[in-house]
Amino acid sequence: MSPKKPETEERTKQIVAPWKGTHGGTIPVLQEVQKEFGYLPEDALMVISREMKIPPSELFGVATFYAQFHLNPRGRHIVRVCRGTACHVRGSLAILDKIKKVLQIEENGTTEDLRYTLEPVACLGACGLAPVMMVDEETHGRLTPDKVMEILGSYE
Amino acid sequence: MAFYRAHVLVCKGTGCNASGSSSVFDALGEEIRKRGLDQEVALVETGCHGMCEMGPIVVIYPEGSLYCRVSVDDVPEIVEEHLYKGRLVHRLLYTTPDRKVKVPRYRDIPFYSKQHRIALRNCGYINPDNIEEYIARDGYAALAKALTSMKPEEVLSEVKTSGLRGRGGGGFPTGLKWEFCRKAQGDKKYVICNADEGDPGAFMDRSILEGDPHAIIEGMTLGAYAMGADEGYIYCRAEYPLAIKRLVGAITHAEEFGLIGDNVMDTDFSFHLHIKEGAGAFVCGEETALLASIEGERGMPRPRPPFPANKGLWGKPSNINNVETWANVPNIIRNGGSWYASIGTEKSKGTKVFALTGKVNNTGLVEVPMGTTIRDIVFDMGGGILKDRKFKAVQIGGPSGGCLTEEHLDLPVDYESLTAAGAIMGSGGLVVMDEDTCMVDVAKFFLEFTQRESCGKCVPCREGTKQMLLILEKITSGKGRMEDLKILEDLAIMVKEMSLCGLGQTAPNPVLTTLRYFRDEYETHIRDKKCPAKACSALISYLIDPEKCKKCGLCARNCPVKCISGDRNTPYEIDQEKCIKCGTCLEVCPFQAVFKE
Amino acid sequence: MKVKSLEDLRKIKENAKDLTSARSGGETRVIVGMGTCGIAAGAREVMTAILEELEKRGLRHVAVETTGCIGMCQREPLVDIIRPGEPRITYGDVSPGDVPGIIEEHLVNGRVVEDKVVGQTD
Repeated sequence: MSPKKPETEERTKQIVAPWKGTHGGTIPVLQEVQKEFGYLPEDALMVISREMKIPPSELFGVATFYAQFHLNPRGRHIVRVCRGTACHVRGSLAILDKIKKVLQIEENGTTEDLRYTLEPVACLGACGLAPVMMVDEETHGRLTPDKVMEILGSYE
Repeated sequence: MAFYRAHVLVCKGTGCNASGSSSVFDALGEEIRKRGLDQEVALVETGCHGMCEMGPIVVIYPEGSLYCRVSVDDVPEIVEEHLYKGRLVHRLLYTTPDRKVKVPRYRDIPFYSKQHRIALRNCGYINPDNIEEYIARDGYAALAKALTSMKPEEVLSEVKTSGLRGRGGGGFPTGLKWEFCRKAQGDKKYVICNADEGDPGAFMDRSILEGDPHAIIEGMTLGAYAMGADEGYIYCRAEYPLAIKRLVGAITHAEEFGLIGDNVMDTDFSFHLHIKEGAGAFVCGEETALLASIEGERGMPRPRPPFPANKGLWGKPSNINNVETWANVPNIIRNGGSWYASIGTEKSKGTKVFALTGKVNNTGLVEVPMGTTIRDIVFDMGGGILKDRKFKAVQIGGPSGGCLTEEHLDLPVDYESLTAAGAIMGSGGLVVMDEDTCMVDVAKFFLEFTQRESCGKCVPCREGTKQMLLILEKITSGKGRMEDLKILEDLAIMVKEMSLCGLGQTAPNPVLTTLRYFRDEYETHIRDKKCPAKACSALISYLIDPEKCKKCGLCARNCPVKCISGDRNTPYEIDQEKCIKCGTCLEVCPFQAVFKE
Repeated sequence: MKVKSLEDLRKIKENAKDLTSARSGGETRVIVGMGTCGIAAGAREVMTAILEELEKRGLRHVAVETTGCIGMCQREPLVDIIRPGEPRITYGDVSPGDVPGIIEEHLVNGRVVEDKVVGQTD
């Protein structure tokens, strides 16, 4: 359920307030808004555009340029499967496929119950433990396809 | 302060944390208290030791014993045996992969004993959240020396003397880069730390950010003093939450101590430092794209000149260096530029941190003098190839680098020799590959990455990498033609020469080096429709050995497309027409009856 | 606390040195036998006394280690002292009351307390 428009607008205004008129606030504001709502609701983007005097087109350009930003609601838990080199040579594709199969979602997809969103990422920098995935802010290493499901199960 | 006879250091870096070091830390605290040792044994959390594979790592001083893969269940034994009775817990000591020898002392482990740690000197040794521990290790002594007894140009000249070159990839002389910025006209200047470590397979910057954040702060402050800047930014990728947390803490502490901020150490010099979180775009590691991103724009590179030294952040003269480069600076100022220049080779001075990963026994971070051979790194420190398989190649420099072969094992690693061989130093990722790694697949893997991360501004990179990828996909799926190799090579050279920024200019390197050293593998894919390493799924088949099959039916039950048939009396068989080559059957078979061909 | 001079930084460093000095593997080592026999004979109390005495005298450069049974159980508690370049001296039947004397004589003044010595190895 996405939040109501007036609430979204109100909360966004609060987030934007300290950044008004400053240099380079676009990305931090988008980051904070996304932290608040889990994604970038259109209503919020329009508020940012008005308050910070940035054309919506430009804002949209920034929001779609960076992998971090999302324009659609996402799951409660973000599952980031590392697709870096070290993980690749140690079998990360099998991990990714297993998750896709069991959760029945594609890359960058979200399960219907909004429990998980699956995102492959370039590298999580934990190459020593390859293959690796990150669920929310926790990193899990030395994965096997079986271990993955056990880990995912622990995130409600 | 109580006299702590023993220090128990628990690594809480990202790697060890993922292996459960937090619960080990808590359990140790609990057990030490329970045994009444809390007044004499100090429990300290540290950053990364660089041997993440062996984590969670616990080091106990004064003996300097390193315990590997410690679990909560091991804690009572460690406390009882080591801390109480003074007996080593042998089963947890590091074992060398080749000779199966237990090594009781941290510094005797070959992985560490051959290293020369400058940038990593405090990582895993101090508590990164405690500024006093950094100071105890001569931290901020370089800054104090500079502010009290050196003119800015003297600081600059030490860096020039040191011969330090950019550790982020290009290898441009750092002193020269600083000089450009120092000489640039401007009322306001910025120093920036590029902590957007995006190369898959490299994690030295994360390790330094997490394990020794003050080294970066001190390095940047010295740089600001030398160049006449009063404000700085650390641009750190958001995928490193722990690094950001440590940086935030370190900046706050340094401000409290008056080591950054207004009137640093009561002098006229002021320096304000901020953190900017990246938003997930590999191209932002390129300095002009990084600047655009800090300014809140799309992170797209722009042509140079003008160089950032003259026209950088918000049009002001700016200097951008990477994490490892900055971390070297305090050491250079403290010990002198000629000290640093005495390490390494003629043109590449000092040390370089490599992230050793892939099919090697000891994965982790190794810091070695420039000029160390690949053989030393992979076989001596890395302990050789996993499961004693045959070494095939080592990929150096991430998606911008190249694959080198056995004939390069004795190549002394420095900027020049790597470039000559077709690779680059890059950020220092070193991925070891064995005979099970398909070089065409590796080239495709890197190209998928660079193609996805291409920002799309210039045509050669945007379209060229896409076309190259399409050709590689054709080859790995058995639809390639011999003439594709020529087209691939032409395209690669075109993209390399014509792209706007470093991303495009180096993206073809993995393709070019694999074509140069492993052309026969490409040809086998095309001519015989076979993948010699059995890695390209379109070119392999899964089969069941009827001799080994125990007719349990596990494969058939797990097959997602139900293409395996058989029963109690007939060995199971895979219908090749329907098989999607997912590998599930091979994974679940308890009798190793399933094999690839 | 603001660092306003080189001197300030030196002071912080001096105070903070203890935070990490135990990790540098001190050259002067005191080793207490902590086998079952040692513990039964009161090695824990000796250890505590050693730590207190070192603390009192500010001898922060000394590494205090524990070790298992070395097979001379009848003379426990055993305490070894190793100073750089000198033979390893083993003291036997050490009681907490002996500790201040041994530390003062051996570690501070560099004189071995002969009547407590049970062994010497190079």
